Amino acid sequence: MAKVVAVTGNEAVAEALRQVNPDVCGIYPITPQTDMMQRYASFINNGKVDTEAVLVESEHSSMSACIGASAAGGRVVTATSSTGLALMWEMLHIASGDRLPIIMPVVNRALSAPLNIHGDHSDAMGARDTGWIQIWSENGQEAYDNTIQAFRIGEHMDIRLPAMVCMDGFIISHSIERMEYLEDAEVKKFVGEFKNLHPLLDLDKPKSYGPLILTDLFHEYKRAQHEVMTKVKGVVLEVAGEFEKLSGRKYGLFESYRLEDADIALVILNSAAGTSKDVVDAFRDRGIKAGLLKPRLFRPFPYEEVAAALKNTKAVCVMDRADSFGGYGPLFMEVSSALYQLRNRPALINKIYGLGGRDYLPSHAELVLNELDGIAKGGKINVFKEYIGVRE
Amino acid sequence: MAETTEIRWHGRGGQGTVTAAKVLADACLSGGRHVQAFPEYGPERAGAPLRAYNRISAKELRMHCPVLAPDVVSVVDATLLDSINIAEGAKEDTVFLVNTTKEPKEVREKLKAGAGQKIFTVDATKIALDCFGRAMPNSPMLGALCKVTGLITLDHLLEDVRKSFGKKFAQKVIDGNIEATKRGYEEVREG
Repeated sequence: MAKVVAVTGNEAVAEALRQVNPDVCGIYPITPQTDMMQRYASFINNGKVDTEAVLVESEHSSMSACIGASAAGGRVVTATSSTGLALMWEMLHIASGDRLPIIMPVVNRALSAPLNIHGDHSDAMGARDTGWIQIWSENGQEAYDNTIQAFRIGEHMDIRLPAMVCMDGFIISHSIERMEYLEDAEVKKFVGEFKNLHPLLDLDKPKSYGPLILTDLFHEYKRAQHEVMTKVKGVVLEVAGEFEKLSGRKYGLFESYRLEDADIALVILNSAAGTSKDVVDAFRDRGIKAGLLKPRLFRPFPYEEVAAALKNTKAVCVMDRADSFGGYGPLFMEVSSALYQLRNRPALINKIYGLGGRDYLPSHAELVLNELDGIAKGGKINVFKEYIGVRE
Repeated sequence: MAETTEIRWHGRGGQGTVTAAKVLADACLSGGRHVQAFPEYGPERAGAPLRAYNRISAKELRMHCPVLAPDVVSVVDATLLDSINIAEGAKEDTVFLVNTTKEPKEVREKLKAGAGQKIFTVDATKIALDCFGRAMPNSPMLGALCKVTGLITLDHLLEDVRKSFGKKFAQKVIDGNIEATKRGYEEVREG
C-alpha cells in the first residue's frame, strides 16, 4: 500500500536511499544537496539503516571513498550538487571506467562564478561525458522513483555502470509536494540483494582495478564502454516496466506529452517541463497543436527514439537550462544530432532559460510556443540560439 | 473555491511563515488533494521580507514557479503593507488576510481593495504573545486562514499543528500553539 505524503524532493530521495539501505555512503555537504545527506546521516545515527557513513573532506574524496567501497564489493551511494560535482570530475571517469555501479543523486545547481546556489543544469551537463548514466526528474515523485530504479539499472549484470539521478535545486529539492512512497518491503524486493562482480575483498581471487593500459588495449577498453552504453536503453525500459507494475507509474526513455499529432513542440528537462505542460494544454484549448518532449535518460541519449517522436512536427524549440558558451545549449546539440538523421525534419531553435535559478514562468513558454507557431506556418527563423527571460 | 487555490504568504524571516505554508500543505493532503509549499529562497536573515507559496488542487500540480495571481494573500507582518506591494498580481476576487491590530476597513482603504476583494484581519501577534509568550504569529494565522478559506476543518488543522510542532517543541509550546490556532480561527474579522 502506497503512503501519501507531502515532502520535499531532498526528503523523498533520502527516503528512497533509506529504503534501499546501501552498504556505504560518502557524505560531504553542499547546498542544495546538504539537507538530503543530513537526513540520511540521521537515519544512520538513529539505526534506521546499516549503512557505513564515510565523512570526507571534499567531494573528490567522497567519490574516491565510493570507488574504493564499490570496488571492495559494496552497494554504494553519495549525493552532490554544482561545484561538488565539478570537483569529482577526475573520479567520475574512474568510477565509470572501473565499471562501478555507484548511485548518486545530483541536485542541480549553477556553477561558479559568480557564486550562485540556485538551480540550473550546468553541473550535470558538465558531467555528461564522464561515462555515467544520467536520469533526469521533473519533481520529487520522479526523483524518488528514478533513484529506486537507478539501482536496478546501474547494478544490472549486463551494465555495471554508475548512475546519477538529477533533480532541480531548490525548485524541487526544497519544495514540498504530494507524493507516494512505496512500502519498505516493496522497495527492498524491487532492488533485490546487491550482486557482487569481481569484489576486491574476495581474497581467494585477487584482482586489480585501474591498472596502466597503454596503446596496446586502451582503445579496446573504451570500445567496450561504448558497447555497454548501447545496452542501457533496453535495461531502462525493462526496469521501468517492472516499476510500473509495482507503483502504477509509467516511465520511458523520455516523456511524450501530446506529441502524437503536434505541429510544434518544446523539448525541455526537469521541473520546467511541468510548467510547460500546463501552457501546452492552454495552446491546445486554443486549437494550436502543441506538444512536449521531456528527456528522462540523457546518457545514453536515445537518438533514434527522440527523432521518431519529433519527426512529424514542423517546428521544435529545445530549451536549455545550461549553456555551452560559444556553442548551443547541451540539450539542443543532442536533439539536433538526433533530427539530422531524418529526411524531413522540423525547424529547430534553441532557447537558454532559467540560469542560476531565474524563474521559468508560463509566459516564457507562451512566448516560445507563439514563435514556433509562426515558424510552423511558414515564418522565418530570426535567431537560432537566444536567451529568454533575460534583463537586457 | 476554484479547483486550484493559490496562496501567497508575505512575512519576515523568523516569524514561522515558511513553517505555516508547510503545515497548511500537509493538512490539505486529505481527500486525495495535491499540494505544494515552497518559499522564495534569498539570503536568510531574521527580519528580512520573504514570500512563501501554497498550491492546493484536486488536479495534479505541474506548475513549478512562484504564484503570480494569488487567490489568497496572507500577510504575516503588517509593516510589509508599507514597504512592498502585497497586492501584486491580485485578482478581482482575491482574499487578503492581514495580521494587524487595525480594523479590516482601514486595511481595505490602505490597499484600495476592489469591491470583489475580501479583507480579513486578525491580531495574530497578540494572540501568540497571550498563548505562548512569543511574537510568532504563524499558528494564529493558520487558524484564521483555515476559517477564511474553508480548505480544511479546524479539527483537522489542529491535528496537523500538533503533529508538526510536536517534532520540535515541548508540550507547553505545542499546547500554546494549539490554543493560538483556535483563537486565530475564532477572532479573524471581515470588513
